[in-house]
Amino acid sequence: MAEKKAMIKIRQLKIAFGNKIVLDDLDLDVYEGETLAIIGPSGTGKSTIIKVLTGLLAPTSGSVLVDGQETKDYGEEEWDGLRSRMGVVFQYSALFDFLSVGENVAFGLRRHFKLSEEEIQARVATLLDLVGMPGSQNLLPSELSGGMKKRVALSRALAMEPQLVLYDEPTSGLDPVMTMTISRLIRKTQQQLGLTSVLVTHDMASAYFAADRIAMLDKGKIVQIGTPEEIKQSKNPAVYAFINGLERKEEDGNGHK
Amino acid sequence: MLKAICEACGKRILAFCAASGKLTLLLWQTLRRLKDANWHEVVRQMALLGADSLPIVLMTILCTGMVFSVQTAKEFVRLGAASTVGGIVAIAMARELVPVLVGVVVAGRIGAAIAAELGTMKVTEQIDALRVMAANPVSFLVVPRFIAMVLMMPLLVVFANLIGNIGGWVVAHYYAGIGTFTYTNSIKMLAEFYDVFGGMLKSCVFGAIIAIVGCYKGLNAPNGAEGVGLATTASVVLSIILIFIFNYFLSIVIYV
Repeated sequence: MAEKKAMIKIRQLKIAFGNKIVLDDLDLDVYEGETLAIIGPSGTGKSTIIKVLTGLLAPTSGSVLVDGQETKDYGEEEWDGLRSRMGVVFQYSALFDFLSVGENVAFGLRRHFKLSEEEIQARVATLLDLVGMPGSQNLLPSELSGGMKKRVALSRALAMEPQLVLYDEPTSGLDPVMTMTISRLIRKTQQQLGLTSVLVTHDMASAYFAADRIAMLDKGKIVQIGTPEEIKQSKNPAVYAFINGLERKEEDGNGHK
Repeated sequence: MLKAICEACGKRILAFCAASGKLTLLLWQTLRRLKDANWHEVVRQMALLGADSLPIVLMTILCTGMVFSVQTAKEFVRLGAASTVGGIVAIAMARELVPVLVGVVVAGRIGAAIAAELGTMKVTEQIDALRVMAANPVSFLVVPRFIAMVLMMPLLVVFANLIGNIGGWVVAHYYAGIGTFTYTNSIKMLAEFYDVFGGMLKSCVFGAIIAIVGCYKGLNAPNGAEGVGLATTASVVLSIILIFIFNYFLSIVIYV
């Protein structure tokens, strides 16, 4: 792993809202072409990492390098340049409900690419095929189920051919079958397109299936990072308790037993 | 006790100053990004925000014109000033009643709708989605609504003036017995185009207030359904207060 190029390099990242510290001195590398899953209990700041990586939230302190570029002093325009190479799948899909499925997928293409209408429609059709929703261009988001929305959100995120895809709880609220369908899609798109992906989830089945490495976030810090096998065998009390769904008895202020 | 009261007042004043600053900043960003306007979206918003408001605006102003005439016509006839009723109704409508009432009605209907729509988009992460797709929410959402409101409000005012004066004439003619010629001649003699033009100018400002306040409250809605509700209510209240305050100063600038 050491010789691999880091697509994302986070160093001593701190996020605080008033007195509440969400992320504390967090260090994390995401290598090019890998899928890194960030797991952890609700409210530990997993989604906050996605917000920081997309420039929606400014760090309280620390440094975030994306594709070798320090983002600390980025304004909205510089972020826009970086964002045009990113795709994000939001927790609640965040499809634009005033646009049809086809127009949602075409949104970025229309704004950032000079393509003819035929090219846009062909690309939208290919993307919807990829996520198993052919011919759904004219449906409205309100007509879709939760799983379908996630799939459309995935195809929208992939539309601009991003180098980096960020998934914020893509399987939350889905049944086990749909969870695996989405996980397979994440794996498939990563393998077919060679993307770098960050998958924030608390769903272990999804993390084991889709990720190359898994990082466990607890109390604002990464407590362990490793392959799915290493995480399964982990002796770390926080990781062990989380993956086995056990309640932890905390003995000190840092949450270690 | 006194300290607590002072602290509470101080907090409210600071919050008010912060909100005023943010509103002004949003207005400035909107004006800077007017050139990014998507005209298809502007036309869609003009239909939604402007044309669809016409029935309720006409209904309100028709009743206002009629009631204004009820209150003035008979008294003026008694005082021997029947020949001034048409002009007085027309001037009062054009200068104050129509722009302010259209502003209030539109703030209730459209300001609330804008805040609710953008607030829902915010709590469902659609605003974040716009930003991560490198689409500026001000250019994409605020600018079309701002332009649509500023263009449609004066048009609503023109139609409202027409219907208001018709309402005034109906009551003056059938209730107070003022002749049609006397009524219309009074309008011609006393009212000027500038009266209507001033009202249209005011309504442009009111349109801008409704759009900016609605968008600001929506984009800053607290999370959850309750947050959207609060943003909607706050948008209507703040728009109406600002309309009344600005109306006073605009009246002085335009008519005094």
